[in-house]
Amino acid sequence: MAEYVAVADEDVDQSRRKFLTTATISVGAVGVAFAAVPFIASWQPSERARAQGVPTELDVSKLEAGQMAVVLWRKQPIYVVRRTQEMLALLQNHNDRLKDPTSKDNIPSDQPEYTRNPDRSRTPAILVLIGICTHLGCLPKQRFAAGDAELGAWWPGGFLCPCHGSRFDLAGRVFDGSPASINLRIPPYSFSKETNLVIGVDEKGAA
Amino acid sequence: MASKQDSPMRAPGDPLSDGTAVPKKGFSGWLNKRLPVDEFVDSQLTGYYAPKNFNFWYFFGFIAIVVLVLQLVTGIFLTMFYKPGEATSFDSVQFIMREVDFGWLIRYLHSTGASAFFIVVYLHMFRAFLYGSYKAPRELLWIFGMLVYLALMAEAFMGYVLPWGNMSFWGAQVIVNLFGTIPVIGPGLVEWIRGDYAIADATLNRFFALHVVAVPLILLALVGLHLIALRRTGSNNPDGIEIKANLGPDGKPLDGIPFHPYYTVKDTVGIAAFLVVFALIVFYAPTLGGIFLESANFTVANPVSTPPDITPVWYFTPFYAILRAIPDQRLGALAMLLAIVAFFFLPWLDRSPVKSMRYKGWMSRAALTVFVISFVGLGIMGMRPPEGVYVVLGRVFAVLYFLFWILMPFYTRWERVRPVPQRVVYHAH
Repeated sequence: MAEYVAVADEDVDQSRRKFLTTATISVGAVGVAFAAVPFIASWQPSERARAQGVPTELDVSKLEAGQMAVVLWRKQPIYVVRRTQEMLALLQNHNDRLKDPTSKDNIPSDQPEYTRNPDRSRTPAILVLIGICTHLGCLPKQRFAAGDAELGAWWPGGFLCPCHGSRFDLAGRVFDGSPASINLRIPPYSFSKETNLVIGVDEKGAA
Repeated sequence: MASKQDSPMRAPGDPLSDGTAVPKKGFSGWLNKRLPVDEFVDSQLTGYYAPKNFNFWYFFGFIAIVVLVLQLVTGIFLTMFYKPGEATSFDSVQFIMREVDFGWLIRYLHSTGASAFFIVVYLHMFRAFLYGSYKAPRELLWIFGMLVYLALMAEAFMGYVLPWGNMSFWGAQVIVNLFGTIPVIGPGLVEWIRGDYAIADATLNRFFALHVVAVPLILLALVGLHLIALRRTGSNNPDGIEIKANLGPDGKPLDGIPFHPYYTVKDTVGIAAFLVVFALIVFYAPTLGGIFLESANFTVANPVSTPPDITPVWYFTPFYAILRAIPDQRLGALAMLLAIVAFFFLPWLDRSPVKSMRYKGWMSRAALTVFVISFVGLGIMGMRPPEGVYVVLGRVFAVLYFLFWILMPFYTRWERVRPVPQRVVYHAH
């Protein structure tokens, strides 16, 4: 039978003990980090969710002037508006009321290169926006009539978010005094034929 | 107190704190040899002394535990009939309401229980504000309590998503998007939380798992820590005097009485009163006119139709009103976060030499009154559409709310406090 003798404190090699403790904890922490990867990664959109994010098409010839269609792309509502000449003309007059008239705060993935112009569109008549308020994600509602009774005589037509009152113009640019700070996002899009809008695909390929 | 009473290991036959012995014979003796039942009852109930001057404000901790048990039991039964999923959630809730025997009752107990939980917790927290129960040495007790409150908020939010009504969907959309306001990592984080490009099936299923397994476990652990910390410091009382400072010759606090039977009996009265009110709501007004359950949630989730105005359930509306009061998304989210985080710093913001509002000066009393008015006011504004006078009032209340916290270190130091008595104020009945 083995005898166990208590080691006196002064006989313990403290630096060796400290090294072993630190090394054990460090290796354990690395192990925990590796073990956490699959669990954290499992929360990413699944292959199925990604596969369902295919491009969406819309025939814009059926849109009347001043009308809006809502289609879903990646489960997000996409607003497609055929703007009238008057609507486009009104867009130029209220830059001083906008938080960011040139959309410089929108990151590139939120606004493709070909929409970085005053109308924020490929062809001035057709406006394509992700219809999700950049504040906290509600759907801004159409308030296309200029001089809307509730919004004031200056109102040039645009969108009003029902949740927190953010207001956007007909290029999706946010007005001063809105809780949203960033202009509405624009998805990548292109036209496969002159009137056939494809959302989710452009010259750079599918998003 | 290095007496036998504190020793963790007692053998059958050793005396308990009341002088009786741990039984040696019979079934009780057999059991106690294997499980410290009598010791536990002795150390936690019959030998645990609480101040004798508790008033009705001291009901709510106990009631909160009863509500927690109610939520666990009704929740377990609801999971037996509920089917998480975009296509099944809404219908399975209707199935529970219409076709499961007493399903309506179990669900209304659970949904009303959620609101009751918050009412009880808010009153419990107000009690702490009133008598300084968060002050040293109870800072950690307060922080565990606040963590319970945070876990409760997460639990309630995810629970509200499960019926997959339209308010569930849009509430989830707004709350999850709050994480999108974090610089740089925000957008990626939101996609990771949702598990899709929008709030969808994946989101619903993970919220279900968190709501029924993960958060309840965390909640129970935190409640345990809250109680363990309470056992270390002992309860505060309406006079804010440490009863351990006045011990009798037997080593027991002179101003204390055993928790059992005195407070177990008293709390039973509180529970009876609570259950009467609770039952009246469950049976006669389970939605409380759209405050406990919102009418927009009686239609199925629709990703292309936002309800006319999105309001969370009443217990979140004070913070929601702060979010909406600020016309900038990032600052709004930050203000909302600060409004919650402020509570954690309460033990250090209050610099008063006394604990209880009974002995604090008029400034503390006025500040607490303003705080309660602003908190309730924010709550009401958060339920109204963000238009006109509601926005203005919301901003006024938000400013008052933050002034309460910001000015606390100053008025608690400057004001004249009244002398605190040596012993608790107690009038025998």
